[in-house]
Amino acid sequence: MSGAVNGMGPKPWRRRRLLGVAGGLLLLSARPVRAVSAANTLAEMVKHWAGGAPVQAGRITLEIAALVENGNAVPIRVWVDSPMSPTDRVQEIVVFNERNPQRDVVRVVFGAACGRAEVATRIRLATSQQLVALARMADGSQWSQVVDVVVTLAACIES
Amino acid sequence: MAEPGPESKPAAARVRTLIHLPDVQRRGVPFEVRTTLGHAMENGLRPDGLGNVVPRNLVTSFQCKLDEALVCDVDLYPAIAANPYLAFWVRADGPGTLHFEWRGDNGFLHRETRRVEPA
Repeated sequence: MSGAVNGMGPKPWRRRRLLGVAGGLLLLSARPVRAVSAANTLAEMVKHWAGGAPVQAGRITLEIAALVENGNAVPIRVWVDSPMSPTDRVQEIVVFNERNPQRDVVRVVFGAACGRAEVATRIRLATSQQLVALARMADGSQWSQVVDVVVTLAACIES
Repeated sequence: MAEPGPESKPAAARVRTLIHLPDVQRRGVPFEVRTTLGHAMENGLRPDGLGNVVPRNLVTSFQCKLDEALVCDVDLYPAIAANPYLAFWVRADGPGTLHFEWRGDNGFLHRETRRVEPA
């Protein structure tokens, strides 16, 4: 599906040039260019999201391949076991990453017509790193799961 | 700097979506809705072949509603892959219309609707 839009790979001679450019970009991106997200560590993002309240491990599951061959489109699925009734429900799920240029991955707020606290998407991963999924319940409790991912071909360099 | 190629068309004409609903839907029983939007999700960090950085052009939010009731509100960030795919679960207690809305950089806005007729 994505091949239709992304499929035009660079020709070999362009690839050479891209490698040089990519190397330069890597050096640049090591500096915190965008102050907000890029400079923050994973722990800081979690703390900020939690607003000072405690975050417990458990209840939320982040499903992702442990070994990713192509970081350009990595399927993930996040869910929480919840009846999603008006009183006992998941309000929000977020995913943060550790080593992409920006920490945010996705944020989902669930409404009344949502039948299950589950969402699937495809993400980019710049390198091997940790991902954390967080959920906030209607009762205010907050839950997390941390997953380690090994990426063999990174996103954000070329494609 | 680059001249628009012969393949470039007005933005609205290029938007393509895939929305999949299950064939059988039951009242009050959650079912999964899968959506894909054709979009490059340029993160503004990627160089083109000439050493210029491709300007940022992202889809930044998605919303799905069943009539007036919110299903989900999603913030998408550069870490979402090109052609953003989102799957989520809807519970319909009767017939209705699902409204899908994507918004993004440069005033990007795309809407779709689908009928649901749970048995």
